[in-house]
Amino acid sequence: MTVSAVSALGSNPLWYTTRSAGVIAFVLLTLAFAFGLAATKRALASRFWPRFATQELHRNLSLLALGFLLVHIVTTLADSYVHVGWWSWVLPGASGYRTFWVALGTIAFDLVVVLIVTSLLRHRMAARLWRGIHYCAYAAWPLAFLHFLKTGTDAAHGRWGLYLDVICLLALGGAFAARWGTSDHPVGPVRSLRSRTR
Amino acid sequence: MSSTTTSKWERRLLSGVQNGRVALAEHEAQWGPLPTTGGADLLAQVQASGLLGRGGAGFPAGRKMLTVAVGGGKTVVVANGAEGEPASAKDRMLLTRAPHLVLDGIQLAARIVGATEAYLVVHAGSRSTDAVYVAMSERRNRVPVQLRELPTAYVASEESAVVHWLNGGDAKPTFTPPRPFERGVHGRPTLVHNVETLAHVATIARHGSDWFRATGDADEPGTLLVTVTCDGVPGQVAEVPTGTPIGDILTRAGIEPGDTDAVLVGGYFGTWLPADLAAQLPLSHHALRAAGGGLGAGVLVALPAGRCGIRETARVAAYLAAHNAGQCGPCLNGLPAIAGALQRLCTGEWDDRWWPALERWMSVVPGRGACRHPDGAVRFIASGLSVFAADLAAHRAGRPCAGVTQPAFLPLPAATSRPSWR
Amino acid sequence: MRIRINPIECQAHGICAEMLPEWIDVDEWGYPILDGEELPAQLVAHAKRAAKACPTLAVILSGR
Repeated sequence: MTVSAVSALGSNPLWYTTRSAGVIAFVLLTLAFAFGLAATKRALASRFWPRFATQELHRNLSLLALGFLLVHIVTTLADSYVHVGWWSWVLPGASGYRTFWVALGTIAFDLVVVLIVTSLLRHRMAARLWRGIHYCAYAAWPLAFLHFLKTGTDAAHGRWGLYLDVICLLALGGAFAARWGTSDHPVGPVRSLRSRTR
Repeated sequence: MSSTTTSKWERRLLSGVQNGRVALAEHEAQWGPLPTTGGADLLAQVQASGLLGRGGAGFPAGRKMLTVAVGGGKTVVVANGAEGEPASAKDRMLLTRAPHLVLDGIQLAARIVGATEAYLVVHAGSRSTDAVYVAMSERRNRVPVQLRELPTAYVASEESAVVHWLNGGDAKPTFTPPRPFERGVHGRPTLVHNVETLAHVATIARHGSDWFRATGDADEPGTLLVTVTCDGVPGQVAEVPTGTPIGDILTRAGIEPGDTDAVLVGGYFGTWLPADLAAQLPLSHHALRAAGGGLGAGVLVALPAGRCGIRETARVAAYLAAHNAGQCGPCLNGLPAIAGALQRLCTGEWDDRWWPALERWMSVVPGRGACRHPDGAVRFIASGLSVFAADLAAHRAGRPCAGVTQPAFLPLPAATSRPSWR
Repeated sequence: MRIRINPIECQAHGICAEMLPEWIDVDEWGYPILDGEELPAQLVAHAKRAAKACPTLAVILSGR
């Protein structure tokens, strides 16, 4: 894979579409993750921004991300320039092109599908099971991050891809700090003589 | 109409019990062999007898058995001998002295509900475990019975907690429905009965429901085991006909009317009653409910005159607060808050501006947990604040009362580190 | 329709109270207070949304 080969095919619409859809999907996933982290925090809500708004955003951004992911995948498979095997949308390792890094993307996609499907069916499963599965998000995002970094030519050859990747990483770091770094209990009218017995 | 006399109370469960354990041979000489009556007839007898559960709730035993029996399939019987109530000794006494009655009861209950397995649950470290083991080795049980030792936490002996633990979980109450009679051990309909209830079943199977109804209160017949604690003699267990006036029971135990100002009835989830009111109250579920209390686990504690009821209530409140299961917010936050306030009332560090907070907590905690632990605790505490109103006023005003220097009275287990739940 | 809270699953997020303030009150520790009465018809849709929004699925609706 040389630079000249890439530039020679710069006018391929499928190639452009898959790159842009992939980037958008990644940004949306990052935002979805960030809003997911913030969704239940009392400290990150107010009278004018209730938590169900954050919850809804999280949900809609995830679904939108899935949509763009599907576009990204379909256009990649349809694009004959790079040989990405027909099964690589779900089976990691089936791609001939940058096998390892594409495989990471495949796994990330598989996890995103599991996350979304289980969430749509949340009421049909035990709450703790759903919660455990939902922690897969912590695995899915880094895989997507690495996939973007190493598969997408934009990160390697066009600086903006790299910068975008890093910005998303920092944004997520901020969301983490907001989620895990603050206490969330309401302060009642009388601060009780409380002894935690847990 | 009660048929009580103070002259002689007929011993039924405890007939034949002197000191030491009744072995199988003596048991069969006393009661005859295990009846071979069919399950349906046995159920009819239990229902006709009007036997109420002796674990505290007082639910009709026959009705509970019927519900499990119609659940169908292979059901399970659990005999609950885990006596978590510190002031109660009746289950331990029954299992130590007359275990064969309980074991008979388990077999009969299993026959009624079609159970293929049974468990007898006691608290770990209980003194009755050895006696039960020996008794079990003396006999051959049709339905296998497993003796299991439950963690020693106060709430662990709650019905759903026992079932959850038998299923491999923590001995903590679970959210209901489903209750054990619907889905219990291994997901099957499970009959959970107090060991005393099962012992009564064993006697009803031999002598019939008319015999059972011949003594005690007309609406809640039979006898029941009570644990009486008074100054100097902790935990005497006696068998009395239901409906016996509490005063008679106390007098029999050596407590004269002038000795005490207040009686705790039921257990640490029960209620304090003024001594003069309690003296005439028949010991029955409906009479006690009408008086704002409850029969509970048949615990009677007479607080010696001159003791501080507020201080005793505060001690028990601290125990109950420390023994929540840590699962439900209102209980795990509210009980320690209330207990802490009571503690301050006693130590003299009380600011009366805190009183509305204490009232608020007492009103907001009950009914919002998965089990009745917070409800019982608040009921106990509220009754104490009401019955010992004079002492309460003194404490609120910052004046110590006379009893504060006396030694502690209500029995509580030695403070242990956090109880284990497995 | 009635609302019940599973007190063991409830972790006091308080989102149900945010979505149904007309019916659900919150104690000083963040846990919901309900009286167990029948829900008025106009609040049923909000109650369903509140049940969906609970992070631990501790809000249980029964009836219709």
